[in-house]
Amino acid sequence: MTSASSTPLANIRNFSIIAHIDHGKSTLADRLIQETGGLTAREMSEQLLDNMDIERERGITIKAQTVRLHYTAQDGETYQLNLMDTPGHVDFAYEVSRSLAACEGALLVVDAAQGVEAQTLANVYQSIEHDHEIVPVINKVDLPAADVEKVRQEIEDIVGLPADDAVLTSAKTGLGIADVLEAVVARIPPPKGDADAPLKAMLVDSWYDPYLGVVILVRIVEGTLKKGQQVKFMQTGETHLIDRVGCFTPKRIEMTELNVGEIGFITAQIKEVAQTRVGDTITSAKNGTAAPLPGFKEVQPVVFCGMFPIDAADFEKLRDSLGKLRLNDASFQWEAESSAALGFGFRCGFLGLLHLEIIQERLTREYDLDLITTAPSVVYKVHMTNGELRELHNPADMPDPAHVAHMEEPWIEAVIYVPDDYLGSILKLCQDRRGIQKNLTYVGGRAQITYELPLNEVVFDFYDRLKSISRGYASFDYHQIGYREGDLVKMNILVNAEPVDALSMVVHRSVAESRGRGLCERLKDLIPRHLFKIPIQAAIGGKVIARETISAMRKDVTAKCYGGDISRKKKLLEKQKKGKAKMRQYGNVDIPQEAFIAALRMGEE
Amino acid sequence: MTGGAHEPLALYVHWPFCVSKCPYCDFNSHVRTKVPEDAWLSALLSELESEAALTPGRPLGSIFFGGGTPSLMQPQSVEAIIGRALHLWPAAADIEITLEANPNSVEAARFEGFAKAGVNRVSLGLQALNDADLKALGRQHSAAEGLAALDIAQAHFERVSFDLIYTRERQTEAMWRTELTRALAFGTEHLSLYQLTVEPGTHFAARHARGDLILPDEDPAADMFLMTQEMTAAAGLPAYETSNHARPGAESRHNLTYWRYGDYVGVGPGAHGRRDGVATVRERLPERWLRSMTDKGDALTETRALPRPERAEEAMMMGLRLAEGISSEDFARRTGQPLFDTICEAAAHRLGDAGLIEMSAEHFRLTPRGRPLLDAVLRELMIQRA
Repeated sequence: MTSASSTPLANIRNFSIIAHIDHGKSTLADRLIQETGGLTAREMSEQLLDNMDIERERGITIKAQTVRLHYTAQDGETYQLNLMDTPGHVDFAYEVSRSLAACEGALLVVDAAQGVEAQTLANVYQSIEHDHEIVPVINKVDLPAADVEKVRQEIEDIVGLPADDAVLTSAKTGLGIADVLEAVVARIPPPKGDADAPLKAMLVDSWYDPYLGVVILVRIVEGTLKKGQQVKFMQTGETHLIDRVGCFTPKRIEMTELNVGEIGFITAQIKEVAQTRVGDTITSAKNGTAAPLPGFKEVQPVVFCGMFPIDAADFEKLRDSLGKLRLNDASFQWEAESSAALGFGFRCGFLGLLHLEIIQERLTREYDLDLITTAPSVVYKVHMTNGELRELHNPADMPDPAHVAHMEEPWIEAVIYVPDDYLGSILKLCQDRRGIQKNLTYVGGRAQITYELPLNEVVFDFYDRLKSISRGYASFDYHQIGYREGDLVKMNILVNAEPVDALSMVVHRSVAESRGRGLCERLKDLIPRHLFKIPIQAAIGGKVIARETISAMRKDVTAKCYGGDISRKKKLLEKQKKGKAKMRQYGNVDIPQEAFIAALRMGEE
Repeated sequence: MTGGAHEPLALYVHWPFCVSKCPYCDFNSHVRTKVPEDAWLSALLSELESEAALTPGRPLGSIFFGGGTPSLMQPQSVEAIIGRALHLWPAAADIEITLEANPNSVEAARFEGFAKAGVNRVSLGLQALNDADLKALGRQHSAAEGLAALDIAQAHFERVSFDLIYTRERQTEAMWRTELTRALAFGTEHLSLYQLTVEPGTHFAARHARGDLILPDEDPAADMFLMTQEMTAAAGLPAYETSNHARPGAESRHNLTYWRYGDYVGVGPGAHGRRDGVATVRERLPERWLRSMTDKGDALTETRALPRPERAEEAMMMGLRLAEGISSEDFARRTGQPLFDTICEAAAHRLGDAGLIEMSAEHFRLTPRGRPLLDAVLRELMIQRA
């Protein structure tokens, strides 16, 4: 099936939607699809764009998706509108940047009652950096609490965009949807590009489809991409035969070609997402372009943790599941690992904490696995005294400090937007996490703070703390700024004098004691009493920096047990023995699985 | 193969009815206003017949009427059961016949009748010696009524025991000391002193889950347990089992059979039995039990030969409750499996080093320090037998 003949460049509009969670991005997208006839009302199911459960629940898009709409505007022309739904989290910052690079404009959707939210700002700025034309849309104007004028003012003051011609909508009732489409046509510029130049297409994103293989989202920057064409992926150097070309309306429509300026999909019988690199340049295998598109980056995991099946028998299942997930997500890595505490599992690398949580949640939910996840850590560079440089992904592999000349840790620059009221506590949090303040400015009632922070302090529940301190108002964006030397030590936790590998961590010497004390106190509450006293210690090398003691159990006896009670008490004993067998033993101490999980979830300092 | 064929048999008779259900009780007890006692009696007698046919010639060492509230039975019924049992099995010369009784005036009025029926030992559910706590425990009698019943019992029965529940809500060590001092002064030869336990499915469990019932923590509970051991020993009624105290020689022979893992026959709804390595269970609900008995003449729901390791596990659970511990010879004879094949040797040595158990070739027992830790010790000892 072939779509209508090719659209002139001047009639193409590529745009994304920027919105805070709950401000109506998905509803608006659905309305636009409906208005332009992409689907009948009957075919519409709620929030078409977010496919995965987890995305839907968290209101986070993980994979970029596009919808092509055909819209006949008031000027009588028919336009091809490509609506790009971009991933919405700092963990996927690079994917976001590629999605945005495929567009020329964006709709900034703001809730008429709630106004501009901090999180939106980071996305707006990204869009501005891509020279996008941004069209403000004030949504939910039908709400009793709507205050359009106030929100208009906020868009001007906080975001810094003119808002007198903001489009007023209610995606729920359908009010103003036609105005949005008109504004897209009138205000967002058409793409540029040479139709006759050699093919140059950007690989925006890709995902695995069980029927089609890997589906690749592309933006044609120059030239034409045809079905049956041999193409070359410039970063990987692989060539592939394009077997499908098309777009989503949101139904999958197959076509014969994608022309310059267009966004669409291709398939080429590719089996793994890992073979496709986001940001890669696709060109023709013969007489292709010499210059790849700028901006390609190799994505590297920055956060690592161990994942272990609670039931050792699930090890193979975990391996298979990780393999399946990796089919669709090349950005996470894993390798087998074994821990004395947790048995056999995998060391996994992620783009960030959300990415980690998503993978963990999918393993639990979609693959029905019970997992223990160890404390997230970052990649340290260990300079050995013999000049060797090692990368440390797992605190358990820390070399003998006697052979370590010095260590380096990754740093980030974090930009935090936060309402004034919470500024003090956020600054304290950043200071406590060894942050270096670089900048502090005010926009409207909000502060924009720039801090340099060691990444290992950020992976350690920083985001949760930030959210809880600011009651969810603070937003946070970061990028890595390289490695810096740090006074880092490996802290061991000893239970009954035996080190518990799953609980060891690399920490900065200045925070080791407080972190160690926190962990010991927590473990004291989490490990049940035993028949003997149990010392719990935090130690750096041979030096104990914190200590707690679990006193010996004093009473555990069934008060009544006569002839009729035996069967019941026996069942109880069996149950207890099974529970005991499931616990991990350290120096004769049974540590419940929950203790590992809870100990690592250090909420408070 | 059990070698208990000539050992005395214990007979347990379950009477499942109560006037009201106590909030802590998870026993098979039911509140019924009217009980067709004749039908019940003939059904119980019929069970006795069937059981006797399976254990011919075994001497009967004890009979125990438990419940529920067996003191709600008519003395004639009790007499009929005792009479039939003594007819079916040869009685040991010193046969112990115990009946559990509520210490209220109505039931105390029947004590004379029970004594005449052949009951020679009574176990009174006194539970507390003050009205507020009795009320909190859901008991129907007052403290004064309880003590009056105790007097009547002591007048009619040679052997009297009573129960108290401690580590109650808001009970302190000092309060318990005062109460136990009083209790020891009554001069009974036997006392059952239970720490209050929140059992699943009880009213207390529901309140406990809501945070509405707060019992003393492990440390005060341990202190009260220790104090109980010391005070009863000083009064000449040392603990011979986790919660049971007696003048030496005045132990409950019936209950010793359970703890020594001897054979016992259980009749009545929900009653369990162990005879020659076979476990028996009967219909639990009173009405179903009675219907099965009248319809089929049999209310057994389970008759299962226990594998040796299971018998061994049961014998461990029960035997370690006793101060005397387990005789390895008796153990092997009753379970068909040597004691030291039953336990994890490494754990036994560790527990021995920690001073919680004592073992020799002949004996295995918990030390006084180990006894309040029995359940934890069992988990250690039996871990590899899961």
